[in-house]
Amino acid sequence: MIWNPSKECMSREQMRILQGKRLHKLVERVYHDTPFYRRKMQEMDVTPDDIRSVDDIVRLPFTTKQDLRDNYPYGLFASPMSQIVRLHASSGTTGSPTVVGYTRHDLAIWAEMTARCLSAFGTDRNDIFSVAYGYGLFTGGLGLHYGVEHLGATVIPMSSGNTAKQIKLLHDFGATAIACTPSYALYLAEAMAQTGIPRTEFRLKTGIFGAEPWTENMRREIEAKMGVDAYNIYGLSEVMGPGVSHECEYKDGSHIIEDHFLPEIISPDTLEPLPYGQQGELVFTTLTKEGMPLLRYRTKDLCSLTDEPCRCGRTNVRMSRIVGRSDDMLIIRGVNVFPSQIESVILEMEEFEPHYLLIVDRVQNLDSLEVRVEVRDGFYSDEISKMLALRQKLSARLQSVLGIKADIKLVEPYSIERSEGKAKRVIDKRILK
Amino acid sequence: MKIKQLSVFVENKTGRINEVAQILGRHGVNMTAFSLADSADFGILRMIVSDVKQAEQVLREAHFGVSVTEVVCLSCSNVPGSLSNILDCLAKEQVFIEYMYAFSEGETARVVIRPTDLDRCIDILSRCSCHLMSRNTLDQM
Repeated sequence: MIWNPSKECMSREQMRILQGKRLHKLVERVYHDTPFYRRKMQEMDVTPDDIRSVDDIVRLPFTTKQDLRDNYPYGLFASPMSQIVRLHASSGTTGSPTVVGYTRHDLAIWAEMTARCLSAFGTDRNDIFSVAYGYGLFTGGLGLHYGVEHLGATVIPMSSGNTAKQIKLLHDFGATAIACTPSYALYLAEAMAQTGIPRTEFRLKTGIFGAEPWTENMRREIEAKMGVDAYNIYGLSEVMGPGVSHECEYKDGSHIIEDHFLPEIISPDTLEPLPYGQQGELVFTTLTKEGMPLLRYRTKDLCSLTDEPCRCGRTNVRMSRIVGRSDDMLIIRGVNVFPSQIESVILEMEEFEPHYLLIVDRVQNLDSLEVRVEVRDGFYSDEISKMLALRQKLSARLQSVLGIKADIKLVEPYSIERSEGKAKRVIDKRILK
Repeated sequence: MKIKQLSVFVENKTGRINEVAQILGRHGVNMTAFSLADSADFGILRMIVSDVKQAEQVLREAHFGVSVTEVVCLSCSNVPGSLSNILDCLAKEQVFIEYMYAFSEGETARVVIRPTDLDRCIDILSRCSCHLMSRNTLDQM
């Protein structure tokens, strides 16, 4: 069901006009209320009056995660703290955390846009959601939580971890939908199977997965193992949180909530905008945010956009799956390697479990890529030659996809860590100067 | 007579084989014979055990990768040339052996053979009047 047809099914021209108006107002606001942006715009010799339509966006400065860190904690806020009603923060695994502030109005928009997503996944007020994203500073848990409430459905604020209890409550509470990371979904599905409780005793029908990139193969794997219809939800805390874009019943790209977020694709090298259809780095401008509005925030997520109308009736721009991140892209022996490429090869082969670990190292000035995988039960053999043949098969496929040779290491069952949050799938031991 | 052999995938890590032995010991499973085949970073431990089903279950529960295959086990006299006599029979009939392992005690030697074609191998060995061992005779050892 389409939750907000007047916004989700606007003509492209109407949308451009709306976005242009909102962009102008946004630029006026940040110019006056955020010294950081005023300084940047002055440096570029741009005033709010120069920004009249969406086409003028190219004149505006970019914002990066580093800018958020440099202005830690509240430097990019455009509203006084008396107007800020909530803070979220990123984990800060790669530096000091980045902080995001929301006004009451921001939270209302966030809940509404998340309800749009949930409605597109075919859920409604009769559903019972287990929100298994972490609750806390991470936007996943609370973001979905208020979306479910806005939809009018029932929310179980489960949070992450404690898998045995997750399964018990999914079962006992008759949950019909679950929201978590795709890697946790795989872990949970395995754990559900291990309990021996028949699948028919669970009422789960819809899975809402995001917060980390995943692939079509992973979707098939989750759908088969968990028995749910799996949908992608996309978002990032700097921009808002989950719900910035979402799939519909056609699962053909994720619809961007364009009346609130203006998307662009740029070349990560030249920073020049790229046309629809081309792959590059996704950039968002938050059109209506009050607490911490951002101009041209570089997500580092690589994907492409299309404005082709969708069969579902929504007219907003859709983004492809994230094929990687411009900053976690591995350069191995000069070749760009995305962990997602390796993942899709592994998921295509029934001989291996979907869990893997990449170890990148530099030995005598030569990059090495080791891929650790577990052989699936039923494919173990008493013969070394057969095990080596399995390894060779994966190695050959990886080489054809990546263009470089990877060392495959077969490891024992369950020796690769099953993640309860974002999976750590790459260990880069290289010290790059 | 086919004997079930249990194979366990083990990474080349110190103490890993001992863990297999400990688990089997704890569950009262006896190893009649075993051999270890190894490659650069993993090995396959092949065993003839007193209770294949139980061994398979407890090792699986301990997160080992296991598989069960059938092999043939025969006994011959522990004298020079007796193995050669047997292998001659198989070679004449073009039976390919994937791997084998053997152990001897006193006057008797026992050989575990994993041929590519098990049925044919058993057939030929019976015709060569080899003494094939059954599960029961193995247990009495």
